[in-house]
This record gives sequence, C-alpha cells and structure tokens, in this order.
Amino acid sequence: MTPLLQVTDLTKHFPIRSRAFRSAGGVIKAVDGVSFSVDAGQTLGLVGESGCGKSTTGRLLMRLLAPTSGSIQLGGREIAELRRSDLQEYRRRVQMVFQNPSSSLNPRQSVGSAIAAPLLAQRVTPAGGVKAKVRDLMDRVGLRPDHYNRFPHEFSGGQKQRVGIARALALDPQLIICDEPVSALDVSVQAQVINLLEDIQRDTGVAYLFIAHDLSVVQHFADRIAVMYLGKIMEYGDTARVFGAPEHPYTQALLSAVPQPDPAADRSGRIRLSGDLPSPADPPRGCVFRSRCPVHPRLDPQRRQLCNDSVPSGDIACHHTDVAAEALATTTR
Amino acid sequence: MSQHPSGNRDYWYTVPATHTPEHRRIDVPDPHESPSRTRRASTPEPSDGQVATFSSPESAAATAERRPTAEIATARSLLGTAWLRIRRSRIAVAALIVVALMVLFAILAPVLAAIEGSDPFTARTGPDFLDDFYTPGLPLSYYRFPSGEHWLGLEPGLGRDIFARMAYGARISLTIALLSTAVSVVLGTVLGAAAGYFGGKVDMAISRVMDLFLAFPHLLLVLSLTPIMQSRLRGTALDSGSLVPIASLVIILGFFGWAYLARVVRGQVLSIRQQEFVEAAQAYGASHRSIIFRQIIPNVMGVVLVYATMMIPTNITAEAALSFLGVGVKDPTPSWGQMLNAAQSGNWYLSDPWFLAVPAGALVITVLAFNLLGDAVRDALDPKSSRS
Repeated sequence: MTPLLQVTDLTKHFPIRSRAFRSAGGVIKAVDGVSFSVDAGQTLGLVGESGCGKSTTGRLLMRLLAPTSGSIQLGGREIAELRRSDLQEYRRRVQMVFQNPSSSLNPRQSVGSAIAAPLLAQRVTPAGGVKAKVRDLMDRVGLRPDHYNRFPHEFSGGQKQRVGIARALALDPQLIICDEPVSALDVSVQAQVINLLEDIQRDTGVAYLFIAHDLSVVQHFADRIAVMYLGKIMEYGDTARVFGAPEHPYTQALLSAVPQPDPAADRSGRIRLSGDLPSPADPPRGCVFRSRCPVHPRLDPQRRQLCNDSVPSGDIACHHTDVAAEALATTTR
Repeated sequence: MSQHPSGNRDYWYTVPATHTPEHRRIDVPDPHESPSRTRRASTPEPSDGQVATFSSPESAAATAERRPTAEIATARSLLGTAWLRIRRSRIAVAALIVVALMVLFAILAPVLAAIEGSDPFTARTGPDFLDDFYTPGLPLSYYRFPSGEHWLGLEPGLGRDIFARMAYGARISLTIALLSTAVSVVLGTVLGAAAGYFGGKVDMAISRVMDLFLAFPHLLLVLSLTPIMQSRLRGTALDSGSLVPIASLVIILGFFGWAYLARVVRGQVLSIRQQEFVEAAQAYGASHRSIIFRQIIPNVMGVVLVYATMMIPTNITAEAALSFLGVGVKDPTPSWGQMLNAAQSGNWYLSDPWFLAVPAGALVITVLAFNLLGDAVRDALDPKSSRS
C-alpha cells in the first residue's frame, strides 16, 4: 500500500545573507535530508528540541516554504516542485493547525468568517451552503452556534485552538499538519484538544503529522515517531518501539529528560546532554549528534572515527547502537 | 468596527441597560480603567437582575482570557476603547464639536445663505453699498462689519456677501481637504501594504518611489505642477463649473501626501505578515489580494485613522496656501484660501482688516480643531498612553 504522504530526502537550506552586501556567507541547514511517510488515517509524531527543524518541515509540507531539494508526494503525486498557482488542489487535501492560537486567528475577523475563509478561498460550496457547513464544523469542534459572530479575543486559548481546528477541517483534508497545537495551552486544556483531535481522526479518517516537543503528548497520540535533531531524523519507528526500546542515544537522552511528576522518583539514571545545540550553519561533520553524544566518548578511537567520517543513515541514524544499548543499561542500573 | 458591541471590553459601564439579554455581565478589572471608576462600575445594582454568572467552566476560562494577554488579542476592542477615551477628554469633545459644526456649515451652505437672504456671487457696487472714495470702493461702514442684513459684512470692491462666500468656501476647502486625504490614504495604505507584504523587489520599487516623494520640496513642486494639471484637465470630463481647480488640487495634494503614510503602513505590515494568521491564509490558498485586503489591512486601520485625521488639517492649510498664492481656487469660486488671497491682493486688509480676519479666523479654528482631534485620536489609539 502506498502511503498517503511520502517524504523523501527533503532539504531546506536558508542562505545566510550579510546585511550590506548579498555575499552568500553559507547556508543554514534547517532541514537536511529528511524522509518519512504518513499512512492514511494514521498519526506521525515529529519530535525534537527547539530549532531542530521540525516546524520548518511542517511549513515545507504545507508548501509555505519551497524546499531546496527532495520530494513530497501526496497520494503518489509530486508536489515539491509545484508553483503556487498549481498548489490549490493540494491545499484542499492538506491543512495546518498552528501553534499559537492567538496569532493564528485574525483579531479583526469573526470566528464564523475565519472558519468559512478556506471554503471561500477555494471556491468550495458544500451541500447546504457555507453557513451550514461552518455551523456544522463549529458543532464538531465543540463551539456554540452563538460564537459565530464573536471575535477571537473573546475566547480562551483552548477555544481559539478549536476555531483553528475547525478552519483546518473546513476543506475536509486528508492530512492535517499540527504544528505544536497544544504547547501554548494549559495542561488541562491540552488534554481536551488532544481528545478532540483523536475524535476527529476516528470520525473522518484524517491523518496527522503531529509536531511536538512534548514527548508525553506524542506517546499518547502518535502511531509512529520521528525524532529530529539538527535538521536530520535520528530515529524513526513505531511509537511503542521507540518509547519502549529507544536505540539512538539522542532518543534515549530525550526520553530520560521527560519530567517525572513523582518527587520521590529516582533521577540517577538520567542522561544529561552537555553543551549547546551546534549551529545549523556549521553542523558537525559525519554524525551531527556526535558533539553531544553521551556514547561518543566511550567508543574506541577507531569506531569514534567512523562517527566523524560518515553520516549514519537508516531508521536509526547511529553507527553504534550496540554500544548505546550497553551504555543505557549501565546508566539506568 | 462597531458591528459588535460586546467586542468592547469596557462595555459594562457603557451600555448595560440596552444590551442583549443573554449577555453575561462579567466584572473584570480593566487595566485601562482608574480604580474609582471600576469600583463604581462593578457595583451590582439591585434593580439589575444581571450579575456575574458563570454558567460553565468555559466561560470562566473566557473571563481569564479577557485580560490583555497580548497586544494583538486586545486589538479588536481598540476602537471602542478609543472612542471612550475621546469622549472622556474635554478638549477632544470640543474639537469634535467644532469639526462637526464646520462640516455642517459647509453642507448647509445653500440653506444658510437662503436664510440670510444672500448668495456668494451677487456683486453690490454703487453708492448704496460701497464708498466711492476709492474705485473699487470699501463697503460703507454699516456693511463692513456684521449686521442683520449681511451677517459677516460685504467684500470690499465687489460687495459680495462674506457669510455666503465663507459657507460656500467651506464646502470647497473641506471637500478638497477630505478628498485629497482620501486619495493619500488609499494610495498610502495599498502601496504600503503591498510593499510590506510582498517584500523583495516590489518593496524595493515602492520604497524608492516613497523616498523620491519624501525628498522633493513639496511646495515648490505643487506650485509648479498645479497650473500644468489645471491646463491638462481642461477639455476633459471634469471641465465644468469650478471643478478643474478643485480636481487638480485634490489630485496633486493627494498624490503628494501618500508617501509618509505608506512608509508607516509598510512598517506595520512587516510585523503583521509574520503572524500565523497570514500563514494560515496562505495555507488554505487565499489569493495575495484577499490576504492583503482581508487579513492585513483591517489590522493597520488604527494607524491609518490616526494619520488620516492628522492629514486633513495639513491639506486644509495646503489648499489655503495654494489658493492664497493664486494657483489654487480662483475668483469667483470661493474658498477660504481664495478669500485670503482676495484680502491680500488689493491691500484691502490695510483698510478693511475684517475681510482678512474672517477667513483667517475660520481657518485657524478649523485647523486647530482638526489637529486637536488628531492628537486625541492618536492618544486614544495608543495602548501605551497614560491617559485613561
């Protein structure tokens, strides 16, 4: 079965421009050779630290940015190369929910017209008319009909995010890219919004690309996980496998950093990453994670050289998963 | 902006009685509000059955969000708040009344002239009206100052009624000022928004044109272009009655006023287009035009309004200056600037200062009122303003 969305070797390099003259000083490798796929009706969780390129990936898939290279295929059709005017049909099938519910709604546009806007922009007239469709969508996401003429500032963050979800659903897309849809919300409201997204998936069979930095949210929600670091995917696999038996040292460190609600819990097994995220303008050669890798210093020199020389590939982007597993066993015990 | 009364955070002390019945009264302290007023406003009145009712947890959450969490979140209620602030300032209200009176004066010019029993064009020469010591002569002293017959006296030389000419002149002066402001505002908003939104080469092109317009010595250019524009307009559809000088002034003042506003709008748009709602509109495939006109321009209207109110008095004075210098509105068409020109041209102001004082005084009062109103609007729309 071909997946709904197939991303192959997607790359986005932003040129660095000095201010006065346009001397190209190099590039920021925001997304560097990312591949994954999303099946119809499934959820892929894309996780990573801030600045690792996960939001850029979302914007590339939405074609708010043009990719430098690589392929994006939706239902077998290549869209990475399409021009803006040819994207209208694609935009009907892929929609986006944004991170900040306040700034993703126009403060001077009523909620009803915000939800109707995609229908009008795409000149889609649903059966029963636009208004009926909007009321239907508002009902779907748990907004009251009398909210129709209200303005965004009259709503709570959670309600605003519901409006954003209704807007994304207006065109009945096959895939919704959720760019950290809950990270700006209170924890209690987060759960409501996640449940809403799950209900919608169950009812409509929409697929999600769920971008998050909160692992617990993704663990609960995603079928598959892609862990990003510095523009590359470090580990990619089924949620149960990645959370149950993480093989990449970065994933191991990330999982051990999930906050423990129990103050009496043993924190000795925590893997602490030292140092800062390297600049994406000048990432380490070879394995991009080696500068902070907890396993790297333990390797014998010959194996260490391998990290410097060659870029690891595959679903688990590490040359030394055997050592990582060993190291994990010793730190947690 | 008034289509949604409950969009105003300050609603509970403005319109509690007439409000929709299902509307919930929620008392939240307003940071813009002085404590005494808040206390007074939030005291529950026994006769009023509406008290703070929290029917659901959602509405409690909504209450918490009512506080200005971010600048953008409060933007909707900006005009409502501004209107309240204007109403609370005595100077602003006075300026608004003067402006309204001047506009009424202009609109009702034919009515007022009919009540007075005069018109702006009838000449009254001869010994019944004018002193023949000079030719053309000064009005007889009875007609030189306000009287029951001619409320503001008669013009020296031609003996036309000053009140009627003032009223008709107000029409022309205000029309030119308002229309040229409208031209500037439309050009400035659209070009500024386009420059900010598209960026790159479009921005480069529009910005350099802006720089060019801002760098020109205005008066000089306007002085030399107005006669050219007038001769160009002759023989076109606009060539009827006194339309040519009016249209040429509107076009010239309008085309020379947009650059500054465009620059301000461009700056605003640069920050607005980074907002996620613009990306959202791109994501659902909205056209550039729709994004500019539906998403971006509504969010810069506050700034545009401030600049428009400041631009009107500038254009009133510009019209007066040009007509005074003889390139704008010309006799017999009355405008305030033309009347100043008439008072100056024959050195009439030496022997009949009243003739100069009337248009000059009206000009000063009107421009002052518009300027004060502009200040008030700017203060009222400025969220950082300390005056509440």
